[in-house]
Formats: sequence, C-alpha cells, structure tokens
Amino acid sequence: MKFRNFLALIIVAVFAFIIFQAFTIVPAAGEITINKFGQADLSNRTASRYINKNVNSDSKKVIYKESSNLESGSANIVTSVVANYRSFDTLGEITVLFLAAAGIAIVLNLEKSEKSRFAAKEASLILNTGIKIIFPLLLLAGAYIFIHGHLSPGGGFQGGAVIATAFLLKMLADYKFEIKEKSITLVESAAGIVFVGLGLYGLITRGSFLENFLATGTVGELFSGGTIAVIYTAIAFKVGAELTNIVKSLIEA
Amino acid sequence: MPLISSFLILIMLIAALAALFFDNLLNSIIAAGLVSLIASVLFYFLKAPDVAMTEAAIGAGLTTAIFVLALYKTERGKSE
Repeated sequence: MKFRNFLALIIVAVFAFIIFQAFTIVPAAGEITINKFGQADLSNRTASRYINKNVNSDSKKVIYKESSNLESGSANIVTSVVANYRSFDTLGEITVLFLAAAGIAIVLNLEKSEKSRFAAKEASLILNTGIKIIFPLLLLAGAYIFIHGHLSPGGGFQGGAVIATAFLLKMLADYKFEIKEKSITLVESAAGIVFVGLGLYGLITRGSFLENFLATGTVGELFSGGTIAVIYTAIAFKVGAELTNIVKSLIEA
Repeated sequence: MPLISSFLILIMLIAALAALFFDNLLNSIIAAGLVSLIASVLFYFLKAPDVAMTEAAIGAGLTTAIFVLALYKTERGKSE
C-alpha cells in the first residue's frame, strides 16, 4: 500500500510538471498563440472560428458519402461537438456520473440492512420469458446506438443508458442473476483509461488533449470521423457500467 | 402537427399536476415518468432526436426505475 501511494505521488508530480510546462510553451509561427492572462484576442479564437463556419468544413459544401478528409468527418453535428470539439467537457460529465454512482454505492453500503432484494423470488412466467427474449435485443440496440453515434442520432450516453436498462430488467426478472462488482469496475476503469489514453496520445502527437489524430474518412461511412467512434464506444461502456452500478446497488443493498 | 403538440402538452401538464397531487407516491412516480415520455416525443417533434433519445432512455426509463427502487427501500408507500 505504501508503494502504491508513492507511485501515485510520482505520477501526479509528473503530470503537474507537464501541465505547468504546457503553459510556458512558446508557439511556433502559424500556430494558435496563447497570450498571457488578460491579453487574449478573443476575436481570433474559439468564438469566430467555430461559430462562423460549417462544422464539417471551412466553407465548402459537404456532400453525404462523397466529401472526405473533412475536419470533423461526423455526419451527426451533435456528435462532432460532444465527442470531438468539446470532448474534454464530456470527460468531465462522465466523471460527474462516476462520482454520483460512487456516492450512491457508498451511502447504500453504510448500513448493511437485512432487507431482501427488490426482485421477487419467482418472477412471473411472462416477465421471465419476455425478458429472456428482449435482453439480447436491448443489448444489440444499445450497441447499434453507440457504434453509429457519428452517423445517426444517439451516441455513447444513449447507448449506455439502453444497456443499463437491459441489465435492470434482467436483474428484476431473474433472482439469481448477478453481475460481479469486479467486472463492473473493470469495464468502467478500462473505458476511462481508453478515453484518457486517446486524449494523451493526441496531446503527444498533435499537441492538444483529445485531438482527433486518425484520418476522418468519408462522411456517412461507418469508419469515419477518426477518434469519435472510439471515444463514443468508451463513453458508452463507462456510462453503461456506471448506471448499471447505480441500479445494482439500489437493488441489492 | 401543432394540434398533436398542444394535445401532448395538455396531457403533460395534467400528468405533472397529477404527480404533485397524488396521495400514493407510486402513482406520482408513474405520472412523472409520463411527463418525461411526452417530453421526449416533443423533443423529437422539435428536431432534436439526440435529446429525445436521452430523455426517453434516462428520464422515462432509468429515473422511474430508480425512484421506484428508492421508494421500496424507504417503504413509505406501504405504511401509508
């Protein structure tokens, strides 16, 4: 335990050093310059650049299934904002959700009550059979929603919520069905690590955190949008694991 | 379309008031879930399908289930 604390201290110190260094970088010619506090020229920054242009290209017309190598490459404008331009905000959002899930689990485990599980010992035949049929379909629907997040409405949050609903129904119907705490933790932390790892890789190779470093491809195809699909898949697994954990702690506490 | 929207908004208002004035908390939860469901349909009419999906999955689905589970934990619904 002592060694782990020491390791954590070292990692935090290294990250603090990197973040401190990032503020003192002198930008090369042609890059976006970072002025000192209070001297920033806002007219050349986010506001004019992102509001006065098409999300997918600077001024050219975007044609579905034909335009390629655009800046964002996502057919869904909401996704290009949530998982590309503002993906750091999304990282904060899923952290908030994680803290909510952790808080619920902590509060419910404070006193071990003798109350029984919510689900009936023998659920009715209709509920049991219906959920046996609908459970894989719901998982498939959730996977479809988050995999096609950059093409059609929906995305990581919606797909994760649908997956969590599937597990909620399964837990209600089947008294013996249990998800191990460890597997939820594993999925949740792996998804978080993938998200932050993609961000750090963008920081190392392209110079800013969570920058899209893959080729954006042709608009409207499944393999397009660069890192958007990967980030949304990570978000879906993280949100699904967190919401499943909330439901599980409420049912089993 | 405005007629359908007004009808849905009317049902939504009635459901919201019913959620406030129901004596049984379980009925209130179901009425609140109905408000979320109609809100998601209205979001779809307003051409915001992303928000509509979130509202349907989280607002109408998971939140209702979590409220029911919390009600079962506190057992207020049974004693009254």
